Amino acid sequence: MAWKLPHERLEKKFEDKKPLYTKAEALVEAHRCLFCHDAPCIKSCATAIDIPGFIKQIAHGNMRGAAHTILSANMLGASCAQVCPVEVMCAGSCVLNDLNETPIAIGRLQRYATTEGLRDEVQSQRKLFTPRPAVGKKVALIGSGPASLACAGYLALAGVKAVVFERDELPGGLNTTGVAPYKLVSDDALREVGWILSHGVELKCGVALGKDITVDQLLDDYDAVFLGLGLGRDRSLGIPGEDADGVWGATFLIRAIKHHASFTIGEHVRQIAVVGAGNTAIDIARELAELTAAEVIMVYRRSRGHMSGYAHEMKQATQSGVRFMENARPVAIESADGQVTGLRVAVPEGSYTVPCQWVVQAVGQERIAATMDLGVAFDSHGRIVADEHRRTSHPRVYAGGDCVNGGREVVNAAADGRIAAYAMLASWGLDY
Amino acid sequence: MADLSMDMCGIKSPNPFWLASAPPANSGEQVMRAFDAGWGGAVWKTLGEPIVNVSSRFGSIDYQGSRIAGFNNIELITDRPLETNFKEIAEVKKKYPKHAVVVSLMVETKEEWRDIIKRSEDAGADGLELNFGCPHGMCERGMGSSVGQEPSVLERITSWVMEYANVPVLVKLTPNIGDILDPGRAAVRGGADGLSLINTIKSLMGVDLDRMVPMPRVGDASTNGGYCGPAVKPIALHMVAALARDPKVKIPISGIGGISNWRDAAEFMALGATTVQVCTAVMHYGYRIVEDMIDGLSRFLDERGLARANQLVGMAIPNYLEWGQLDLNYRVVADINAETCIGCQLCYVACQDGAHQCIHLGTTPCQAYHGAHDHAQSVRLLEDPVAHDPLHAHKPRVPWVDEDECVGCNLCALVCPVEGCITMREIPHDAGRESWNERVAKSR
Repeated sequence: MAWKLPHERLEKKFEDKKPLYTKAEALVEAHRCLFCHDAPCIKSCATAIDIPGFIKQIAHGNMRGAAHTILSANMLGASCAQVCPVEVMCAGSCVLNDLNETPIAIGRLQRYATTEGLRDEVQSQRKLFTPRPAVGKKVALIGSGPASLACAGYLALAGVKAVVFERDELPGGLNTTGVAPYKLVSDDALREVGWILSHGVELKCGVALGKDITVDQLLDDYDAVFLGLGLGRDRSLGIPGEDADGVWGATFLIRAIKHHASFTIGEHVRQIAVVGAGNTAIDIARELAELTAAEVIMVYRRSRGHMSGYAHEMKQATQSGVRFMENARPVAIESADGQVTGLRVAVPEGSYTVPCQWVVQAVGQERIAATMDLGVAFDSHGRIVADEHRRTSHPRVYAGGDCVNGGREVVNAAADGRIAAYAMLASWGLDY
Repeated sequence: MADLSMDMCGIKSPNPFWLASAPPANSGEQVMRAFDAGWGGAVWKTLGEPIVNVSSRFGSIDYQGSRIAGFNNIELITDRPLETNFKEIAEVKKKYPKHAVVVSLMVETKEEWRDIIKRSEDAGADGLELNFGCPHGMCERGMGSSVGQEPSVLERITSWVMEYANVPVLVKLTPNIGDILDPGRAAVRGGADGLSLINTIKSLMGVDLDRMVPMPRVGDASTNGGYCGPAVKPIALHMVAALARDPKVKIPISGIGGISNWRDAAEFMALGATTVQVCTAVMHYGYRIVEDMIDGLSRFLDERGLARANQLVGMAIPNYLEWGQLDLNYRVVADINAETCIGCQLCYVACQDGAHQCIHLGTTPCQAYHGAHDHAQSVRLLEDPVAHDPLHAHKPRVPWVDEDECVGCNLCALVCPVEGCITMREIPHDAGRESWNERVAKSR
């Protein structure tokens, strides 16, 4: 693989929270699955993987078959196995919950099956999937995140020439740059990208939409265009004092922790305020709490019951030492000599300064797509409008992932990609 | 506490739990440790002309993550010198005079039987067990199951033994026959004091699909072995019970086959076993498993108000009937408890695909091919299950039973993972009891 990450990086200091099962562990867990009829777990999966089916395959020692079951529904089944919040998806709907038993560890079984299946693919030199002969169609995909990769992968398997354009030097989107390292490390994300490309997908990194290419140009050369643009930069709070040293955007910081060799956290940082209570806020708060000796406090303008981050993630962050301050609205960042000294918050009783040397803004990302001339319709939230086939207002332009849904899970993006790929194929009268 | 001691045709032991003739009873040192752990008796690993064993010897099948649901072996009788075995038997009897030491024997000629019986008795054996059951290796040499499969040969050799033996003699039977009554009755005719069964079932444990060699593998090949362990228990129970209720048998039985705990032992005893013999469970977990066999059986007997374990022997035999004697008017239907149901719908799919299509899904009336005698002709509209049971409105994944169509087969209750969720409810009737045999007799 051409993509190189620095050997030394903070990402490596984290412990894998759900490590790869051994064969014995996987078999014990697989045999716990009841093999429900009309299984609720399948219905809770955006990509509708036949979960009881692949678990039975693991139980019966058919690891290649299990991997095939997963990946034919979700091209990013390997990374989803590690990043999906299964507690609120498949495992959350497992009927064993109603029996007061631990639900099946579907994510960990999926990780085992995809790891073993892809390992076998390398060892045996036999691919799990064989692309069909070329059908004479070409699709350009913009952005190389999960949505585009899933779309490109399924197109390639159907014999369509798929070309992915990525403005960054590293492909993979948030899977490579934005997932908490205790869930998924960049090496694994990039390995998955390489696997998808191995089916004939072409990748062009360092090509930016609006600068190097435009949608109109691409529509001249390609039969269809897929927009998997993701979201933009971290939103700022828009309060005084944001230009001081020690103010960060959450996704910027997450990427820095994952990739940069030289990125270090100074010893003067003893307190960190993370503003926001979504899953990105929880991730960065937990990463900082585990990585540093600093006290990390999440500051949220509303009460805990309103937070958009998952309860199970918050619980784990709390166990890592993250504190939580609710009903506190940031009003200003205080600094001395250009260095952050505190976060001024308005609380119901008045106002208050949270002493801190860092402020991390985790209040969402900009809707980058709306700022570009894409020739497609947007909604009032700056999201690209796409129908159930992920087709935009332009008949040959499809879109999926965060730029359509405003920022959801990897599995939603992967589902969008497959739906769009199949819709394109159907529009050309081709099988998938 | 109930009296667990047993007298099996004159062989006395402090409890009914014996080690079966097998690797756990291979040497004096082992048998003494077993007695220390609590075993009441041991049937010494079969003595005969010294043999040579192969490597490997054992195989097993795991079931859904559980180890050793079934077990097989291709090991032969003792591979230790006879003198060593007899010396150790004498030592064990000297140190443990109240425990039962039964010596398993397998030789060919009448003279060999006479000789080995004398040496066993001289060593202090409390009883002899004739191995007419081993289904691998030895049977190729005309011994073991090749004797057990020929009732006339079995009878003749038994009568030879009875000529020479001064201690009680058990004949160990092979299950590899058409009807267990044939060798059982032959042993009785030959004069045996008791029976022990089952020996192992002829088996191939599996196939190594990479090498295309059956298991357990010996180099580049394998051979058929003897199958035992938890999976064979129902087969053994039937054979023990068939002999226990046979008016032509009427001699004590030592039950063998998949016994792993006190409950298994109690079931064998209820179906006519005076003592029970255990091998696979000991090979899996060690001698210590006898601790709870003793404790569990004692508590069970106390609960039942039985003062002595031998009162349990045969208690269930009167209730083991022929099919033609069963009550045709008895009827149960499945009852799903919507409160405890977790909605896995295994009962639904089992009933639809594997039974009689009487369990349905959905909160709306459903069309099912019901109503005709053959269950597959006419369409019948079934009523709204929500009207039937308001809980269905809150738990839409709960299947429901069409009681008119339910044949009471038990399958749904058997597959249900939730304890007590599906019960089989008896439907009262005033038709009285009527069996098939009675119905046929009436129609004549």
